[in-house]
Amino acid sequence: MSDSTQKQSWWQRLSGGLKRTSSSIGTAISDLVTKRKLDAAMVEELEEALIRADLGVDVAAKIAAAIGVGRYDKTISADEVKSIVAAEVEKVMAPVAKPLAIEGARPFVVLVSGVNGSGKTTTIGKMAALFKADGHKVMLAAGDTFRAAAIDQLKIWGQRTGAPVIASTSGSDAASLAFEALTAAKAQDMDVLLVDTAGRLQNKTGLMEELEKIVRVMKKVDPTAPHAVLLVLDATVGQNALSQVEIFQKVAGVTGLVMTKLDGTARGGILVAIAARFGLPVHFIGIGEGVDDLAPFTARDFARAIAGME
Amino acid sequence: MFESLSDKLGGILDRLTKRGALSEADVDAALREVRRALLEADVALDVTRDFVDKVRVRAVGVDVIKSVTPGQMVVKIVHDELVATLGAQSQGIDLNAAAPIAIMMVGLQGSGKTTTTAKLAKRLGDRLNRKTLMASLDVRRPAAMEQLAVLGRDIGVDTLPIVEGQQPPQIARRAIEAGRLGGYDVVLLDTAGRTTLDEAMMAEAAEVKKAVNPHEVLLVADSLTGQDAVNLARAFNERVGLTGIVLTRIDGDGRGGAALSMRAVTGKPIKLIGTGEKMDALEDFDPARIAGRILGMGDIVSLVEKAAANIDAEKAMRSAERMRKGAFDLNDLRDQLDQMAKMGGLGGLMGMMPGVAKMKNQIANAGLDDGLLKRQTAMIDSMTPKERRNPDLLKNSRKKRIVAGSGTKVEELNKLLKMHRGMADMMKSMVGGAKRGPMAGLANMLGMGGGAPSPEQMAELAKKMPGGAGGLPSGMPQLPPNFPGMPRGIPGLGGSGAKPGLGGFPGLGKKK
Repeated sequence: MSDSTQKQSWWQRLSGGLKRTSSSIGTAISDLVTKRKLDAAMVEELEEALIRADLGVDVAAKIAAAIGVGRYDKTISADEVKSIVAAEVEKVMAPVAKPLAIEGARPFVVLVSGVNGSGKTTTIGKMAALFKADGHKVMLAAGDTFRAAAIDQLKIWGQRTGAPVIASTSGSDAASLAFEALTAAKAQDMDVLLVDTAGRLQNKTGLMEELEKIVRVMKKVDPTAPHAVLLVLDATVGQNALSQVEIFQKVAGVTGLVMTKLDGTARGGILVAIAARFGLPVHFIGIGEGVDDLAPFTARDFARAIAGME
Repeated sequence: MFESLSDKLGGILDRLTKRGALSEADVDAALREVRRALLEADVALDVTRDFVDKVRVRAVGVDVIKSVTPGQMVVKIVHDELVATLGAQSQGIDLNAAAPIAIMMVGLQGSGKTTTTAKLAKRLGDRLNRKTLMASLDVRRPAAMEQLAVLGRDIGVDTLPIVEGQQPPQIARRAIEAGRLGGYDVVLLDTAGRTTLDEAMMAEAAEVKKAVNPHEVLLVADSLTGQDAVNLARAFNERVGLTGIVLTRIDGDGRGGAALSMRAVTGKPIKLIGTGEKMDALEDFDPARIAGRILGMGDIVSLVEKAAANIDAEKAMRSAERMRKGAFDLNDLRDQLDQMAKMGGLGGLMGMMPGVAKMKNQIANAGLDDGLLKRQTAMIDSMTPKERRNPDLLKNSRKKRIVAGSGTKVEELNKLLKMHRGMADMMKSMVGGAKRGPMAGLANMLGMGGGAPSPEQMAELAKKMPGGAGGLPSGMPQLPPNFPGMPRGIPGLGGSGAKPGLGGFPGLGKKK
């Protein structure tokens, strides 16, 4: 159980999860540059390969331009291009690769938000397992009082991870549940409280107000809570993620991101666009459905995987 | 959903519209912007490329040169091409088969399959009077079957009793059998999703399809999906064979490029769209309507539909009649505010109006939100009937009372009164025949009645409207020619000048 084997397994997981992403971009890049001289058309094709990965037009153009600088009319190999892409992506991502530090407050309150179906509840389950393994006392709050079966789903995660779950009935007020949960977490001397919320589209004013209320009400118990507000993004999401980050940040004060479902064909490239625009920390990536399929985000691995490097 | 895209294309095409002749360079410049806008709207790269090429071929050359107004011609070509890509006409769920008709729902986890299944069942029952049985084939996700059962109870649709330990194809066969014995018209099969495209899910879906040979196989997909939408749609279409697509979360503020992508890649129609969390928020997909919205022509048809469904026709006619005479007091204003709120508030209303999308940020900056509507209503509610009829009565002490009663500020009340005065003045001038004033379109829509339509025409319109139903009379898309006043008046609201229309919202826009 040495640190290096642990790391190795995470690295394998990550590259396994991002394999399809990377191989498709990697293949695209290899197709582009095999025995060719770098010209404007090629830069444009590279840009398009990056757009296909959801990096967005601006960021893709920037990276493609960086590849072009000083290299026109030189023969360039696929590997070279990949490493330049990786370096550019890493440059953007390195400042935002920050782990979620559980410190400075007790109980440390983590509010988890996002649009419907992004994977909030599952992420909470995985985080609970992770924090437990680190020796923290973890409590879960079933704040998704809207979706049928969300409370049951979180209870199942509670059983799996051995974390107590504070829940009320479906359809009850989420803010008062959060209040109760924080009070209970304090009374029971918990280290971490993970608060689930119902999925909501960021343009639904009423629902966003409800989220704001949850934050407000928790401050009555602990003025510094929540200590972290996570926005969970699904890897398949496109440019709309920018709007999600912007509005959730405004309403709930998002402090960090989690990207889920990176184990599919979807390319998490939008994270690069988000990092470029907002500079919000990316704490975790979800790379599978298992309880331990939540990996800390590392810029270098992500960048290399995006560029299709082995 | 498409506002942002329509913003973009609207801006680009505005420039085109203002030029007399179109050179190839003009078209290229415009199309570069179109391409960028489409990509930013998450339209898949290949689809974007095809689209732009098609438009270029048609825009540069004979078509345009011969036309009188080249700019409009390009607008039309882009519009036509969008419609063609989205599907020439709307197609609903096909129910032409022997009962029980099996409809299978497939898609990724979190795309909204189960919710859509329940919405569809409710829709089939409410609108077409079909007796529907729902069955969950999700033996994998904890509590998935119970979730469908709970939803079924909520909406009053039967669900197949859960039998532990059965495999999806078995359950599907049992559902069809139960459908036959129970005299059901339709059997909806909600299959299990996965978080990502994977072989097991595809194999399972294909097996279910083989077992019961469903009449419809619908892919439920999230309209916020990015470039991956093409992979998703292609994979499902190739492995399972789709008959149609249901796009969910159209009520989000995504630009909805996924709609274009999935349609283009599979060639399968988008049949329904999910427009909200409520169980009746499932609507027909109308390509022409959406394409119009993309182009910034606004969703006039939706607006009219909503207006007809939500406006109290009698009330509207009464106030229209009053306004025709030039009378417009605070009671009338309150009715207007009320109706605006019913139609989805300022944001909802604005989003549907052509050209207005551009103003959205300005509106937000001016603090024009729906809270404003509420506060204004509260202020009017705090007045006496006499004050409402005669706002001139409102002097300092009365104002203080009203402000205290409604929890607002005197400045807000003054602003409201100013707005009312502005509107009343405009009403008067509109009676004078100036029916093309900036508010005329809106006024007509809300039944305020400038010159046209008269209350009789409003009544006509109201009769023609199926109450809230999605099915539009086929004549609706050609609405402008035979609906005097509206098409002209509404664009007037947005305007295309340097300071679009905001000033035309009297009082509201002139903050600071």
